[in-house]
Amino acid sequence: MPAIIEAMFAYPFLTRALIVGILISLCAALLGVSLVLKRYSMIGDGLSHVGFGALAAAAAMNAAPLYVAIPVVVIAAFLLLRISESGKIKGDSAIALISASALAIGVMIVSLSSGMNTDIYNYMFGSILSMSSGDVTLSVVLSIVVMILFAVFYNRIFAVTFDETFARATGTKAGIYNMLIALLTALTIVLGMRMMGAMLISSLIIFPALTSMRVCKRFRSVIICSAVVSAVCFFAGISSSYALSTPAGASVVVANLVAFLIFAAVGAIRDAMQLRLDKG
Amino acid sequence: MAVLSCENLCLAYENKIAVSDLSFSLEAGEYLCIVGENGSGKSTLIKALLGLKAPKSGKVSLSDGVKHTEIGYLPQQTPAQKDFPASVWEVVLSGCLSAKGLISFYTRKDRQRAMENLEKLGIANLKNACYRELSGGQQQRVLLARALCAAKKMLLLDEPVTGLDPIATADFYALIRDLNKKDGVTIIMVSHDLHAAIENADKILQLRCKPLYYGPAKHYAESEAGKKLLGGDGNACHH
Repeated sequence: MPAIIEAMFAYPFLTRALIVGILISLCAALLGVSLVLKRYSMIGDGLSHVGFGALAAAAAMNAAPLYVAIPVVVIAAFLLLRISESGKIKGDSAIALISASALAIGVMIVSLSSGMNTDIYNYMFGSILSMSSGDVTLSVVLSIVVMILFAVFYNRIFAVTFDETFARATGTKAGIYNMLIALLTALTIVLGMRMMGAMLISSLIIFPALTSMRVCKRFRSVIICSAVVSAVCFFAGISSSYALSTPAGASVVVANLVAFLIFAAVGAIRDAMQLRLDKG
Repeated sequence: MAVLSCENLCLAYENKIAVSDLSFSLEAGEYLCIVGENGSGKSTLIKALLGLKAPKSGKVSLSDGVKHTEIGYLPQQTPAQKDFPASVWEVVLSGCLSAKGLISFYTRKDRQRAMENLEKLGIANLKNACYRELSGGQQQRVLLARALCAAKKMLLLDEPVTGLDPIATADFYALIRDLNKKDGVTIIMVSHDLHAAIENADKILQLRCKPLYYGPAKHYAESEAGKKLLGGDGNACHH
């Protein structure tokens, strides 16, 4: 195993992918806990499809992909929040609506311009080769910003996630923190989707949170556990992708699935033992 | 001196009037129960008292120096909280955020206050327990401790005994009565439990968009509005 890892670091593009990927996995895991608990898991999925549409448009216009995708996805995130808060359309249907429309528009743009090519395939399923060194700098800076903002507002994010009504009533501007979470999520998704693929990026947000919730019982330990699980799974996924020549995004998702099953089993066994102790 | 008063308060959603012509005032240390059928404007009134909803006309005023955020609030539980991974300590401590600005780290004083409230409500032993694994009665105590961290003088409780068994309900009412009588906390409670309201509260406010009754709890059962609601409650045999 160490030989494989050593060999991996010999490739600069793999080193880049690992650095960016692990940072993005950490961001996604932190935000994911809040999104999953607020019943907003699908926001990641919706935004990634919007991201796909934006990347397709950028490709058609020959523009730099990230500079088109970031503003579009951020706007979509605010729109999603607005629609679901106004209560006219429920959150999950709003997301389904926007995500399908964006995907359809993206496919239309693709078929009217270049047609399906490798670039477009990569947008859908990801490629670790897609990272230029400029992208790496941008990704590193933005993910560090995401993590710092999360740490600074951690207590507020907990309060808004646990009980938005109470938070509002006691003077927390819950709307601002919802927007902050949506903004950070949008950034994380755009940065991560070219490596993980538009179809698979939302798993980075949902899996680590669900996995650690099988075992952890405190908000803080769920956050820490998610971050660790996410980083480890990303590394394991990329390593196996390298060793088995499988696509990176899919390998990371499978690693996350394995972790989820292990944690679910551990949680179930522990609960069963607890029950027996209580009875005895 | 009145700590809270409403003058000709009118609350509305777009064109639909939810509450109108409401005037009342509450003295420090009083215990008020707000009763009424579903859709009678109780929740809307709560939002206005908390400063989350602006009145269409009239006003809600608090006594000098008291802000809306200094009302401790016990909201109804949401379904999402049922499987929320959080320790009791994390939940209670989050009540201390109310007084903070943008930077929101907890100080030693906050921790002290949270611990005092846990002790006051008899749940100090649950400090490290997982919130979702507690019984309904224990969960309400935790949320009450959080509300006390946010404000000491006034508590607003929204149907706090929903889903509690009779023993936990009686315990909870006793706890509120203690806070009211011993610590002088002003209590405003929205409730469907008319008999408990008559027994515990000083004053009762009955709403059906307009105030139907406002006055001492002990005279409520004889009032026109009270007789009707008590009868409609399916408990006609009680009086």
